[in-house]
Amino acid sequence: MGDATMSKPVPVRHLHVGPEFHAEQHIHPEPTSFLSRYVFSKDHKVIAKQFLWYGLFFLVMGGVMAMMIRWQIAFPGTAFPVLGQLLWPQSGGVMPPQSYAAFFTMHGTLMIFFAITPILIGAFGNLLIPLMIGARDMAFPTLNLMSFWTNVLAGLCMIVSFFVPMGPAAGGWQSYPTLSTLVGSPGHGQTLWILGIFLTGSASIMGAVNYITTVVRLRAPGMGYFQMPLSVWGIWLTAILNALFVPVLAAGVLLLFLDRVFGSHFFLAGASITKGGGDPVLYQHLFWIFGHPEVYILILPAWGIVSDLLSFFSRKPAFGYKATALSMSVITLLSMVVYGHHMFVVGMSPLLSQGFMTLTMLISIPSAVFFLNWLGTMWRGSIRFATPMLFSLGVVFVFGLGGLTGLHLGAISSDIYLHDSYFVIGHFHLTMAASVLLGAFAAIYFWFPKMFGKMMNETLGKWHFWLTIIPITIVFCGMLVVGYAGMQRRLYNYEAYEFLKHLHPINVWITRAALLLGASQFLFVGNFLSSLISGKKAAENPWEVGTLEWTIPSPPPHHNYDEIPVVLHGPHEFNNPAVTGKDWLAQDEPIGDEPVALGAVGN
Amino acid sequence: MNARPEAAYAPAPAPLTEPTFGTATTGKVGMWIFLVTDAMTFGGLLLAYGILRAGNKEWPAPTTVLGIPFTAFMTFVLIVSSLTMVLGLDAAKKGDRREAVKWLVATAGGGVFFLCGQVYEYRHLIHEGFTLPSGNFPATFYVITSFHGGHVFTGVCYLLITAFGVSRGRHLENGANFVEITGLFWHFVDLIWILVFTLVYLIP
Repeated sequence: MGDATMSKPVPVRHLHVGPEFHAEQHIHPEPTSFLSRYVFSKDHKVIAKQFLWYGLFFLVMGGVMAMMIRWQIAFPGTAFPVLGQLLWPQSGGVMPPQSYAAFFTMHGTLMIFFAITPILIGAFGNLLIPLMIGARDMAFPTLNLMSFWTNVLAGLCMIVSFFVPMGPAAGGWQSYPTLSTLVGSPGHGQTLWILGIFLTGSASIMGAVNYITTVVRLRAPGMGYFQMPLSVWGIWLTAILNALFVPVLAAGVLLLFLDRVFGSHFFLAGASITKGGGDPVLYQHLFWIFGHPEVYILILPAWGIVSDLLSFFSRKPAFGYKATALSMSVITLLSMVVYGHHMFVVGMSPLLSQGFMTLTMLISIPSAVFFLNWLGTMWRGSIRFATPMLFSLGVVFVFGLGGLTGLHLGAISSDIYLHDSYFVIGHFHLTMAASVLLGAFAAIYFWFPKMFGKMMNETLGKWHFWLTIIPITIVFCGMLVVGYAGMQRRLYNYEAYEFLKHLHPINVWITRAALLLGASQFLFVGNFLSSLISGKKAAENPWEVGTLEWTIPSPPPHHNYDEIPVVLHGPHEFNNPAVTGKDWLAQDEPIGDEPVALGAVGN
Repeated sequence: MNARPEAAYAPAPAPLTEPTFGTATTGKVGMWIFLVTDAMTFGGLLLAYGILRAGNKEWPAPTTVLGIPFTAFMTFVLIVSSLTMVLGLDAAKKGDRREAVKWLVATAGGGVFFLCGQVYEYRHLIHEGFTLPSGNFPATFYVITSFHGGHVFTGVCYLLITAFGVSRGRHLENGANFVEITGLFWHFVDLIWILVFTLVYLIP
């Protein structure tokens, strides 16, 4: 069939581009002052880098907290090395229970809203959308600038909350009432948490409006929705979910704020108040209406990026490109109607629970479709095991584990046993922590040359991969095991319970693996910084792939494209038999002397 | 050369027509998406209202506490301001700056009147002991109506900025697109009010 393409006359392609379309994307002169260039920049590439640094900062912070939480679980009553003495001198370096609760709360909050979201959505959303669809910048550059700085304010709220009396929020990352009301958390930490979430939510909404509009309006001529790289698909669907559901969280935390500061009692019931009657479960509804789409908000960009990278490094077109894009879209739709599976134990109507269970189970169908497409993409490919590919394979592996364990939690009968156990922790870390983290590393290793114009060190990258994937699997699979054995989450000292004492050895091993995981990230930090300073200079297209960002210099000029490219192919044109001399084809590159009538382009 | 199944390729880019979203400008697309997000925020608040009200048997009938005829008149003024907005856009499209500014300012005036009415209503209710901490009916009432009031205030500022721009000869290009986007926001604020009025004031 491949030969048929060569012998058949290629039809002349006609492009119709209205003048209005071109009028929209002016080339703006590059800003010259330091502030407008690096601090308050409107350039999507600079904002992407700001988000990357911002996210990496909170990734370190959240990671260190995870180490301390694990230390307390495995070695209760012993001082955390070095940092323990600084943080808790009064207890001789041992983490007190209040700090434990605060740390697992802030670990979740910071990782989800301030590490993963800025890195994958903030940094790679900003970097990739305009570059990959052939645009000069985002649709609303000023809004983009505001989105980043609103996020910084939110981050400051969170950091400040560590220094107020009674410490930061300690009611879990969901901040359920009554834990999060004045009854459970009288300090200012929880109030600052609410402000931080409200601000970062506003920033997410600004970003989402910008991303959706950019994809809808600024695609280069010829770039239909089904010529977009799957990375853009993933980020775009994430933006849609953000636009729809972050506002519901905003409404929820607004009511919580009023409860705490202005004395209303939306979420207080029973003996906590004297009159009226609020409903703590109402908060859970508002939270999970947002919260379930949120897990897809986090994972969709990683799915998209991995779908592209698997094709790039297998030197094959993505298997079932359209099916992957559509199954991600179907999951996006389904994610809106399954939130009740987080609340099976609150005493919902069984009929409603069964509906939520059925819809939840339906998600496994589109998930299986794109998962098999990933395997199909690699099948018989000429795989190049570069670092980004290794991390993508890591995502396939941990996401497979995480996805399968999700079925146990989606089914009511097994969920009632597993609810609030370490099985849940293991499951969601495999899906939205391990998968997303490995996906973020894949993206950083892959696009680092385009962002900074330097290559990262491959040897260090491979060491980093193996020293990450092995401990990360042990950590989260270990959690599945202890959870299945009945260990509840959020226990300060599980050994106080006789029936959990025998889990000590496995908990110690989880902690050892976690410490190794933490330590091996120094390889990444070292690689990142040394490559930034003295990395090998990156060529225009070091990975030999065809998406549009690799047709322009590394790093790209301020306005990205001198001429808006005209897209002729899909994003994964590998080993096209009509192309000789190389196995890839840029999206805007004509095959041989293929006739293309450019219509009004260039007028 | 290995034969490759055709299906393995990403579909060829078939019709190379303009990939843009009809003729809507980025600003208009962006505003529509923002309105959807804003509607979801109101949706969250109204859902909270619905759940709290459905779960509370002692919820008073709103008509016994709130002054319906007064608010009905405010609603009428707000709806009329949507009409003046349409007239303003029409004038702007025709390039009639004077007329456009006149109608835009009238629209903002409707918004200011509405806000004054809301302040009067709040003062009256607070005087009667109907305060935020006094129960979930007042609490939901104040959250939803003041969140809407914040939108009216934003809309008034937005209208005045647009009117100022039009008076200086800006915002008329592209079929007065900027004025049209302002109008989208204003009509949305009106539409939300009709929902709020029905759900919070009228349903007995």
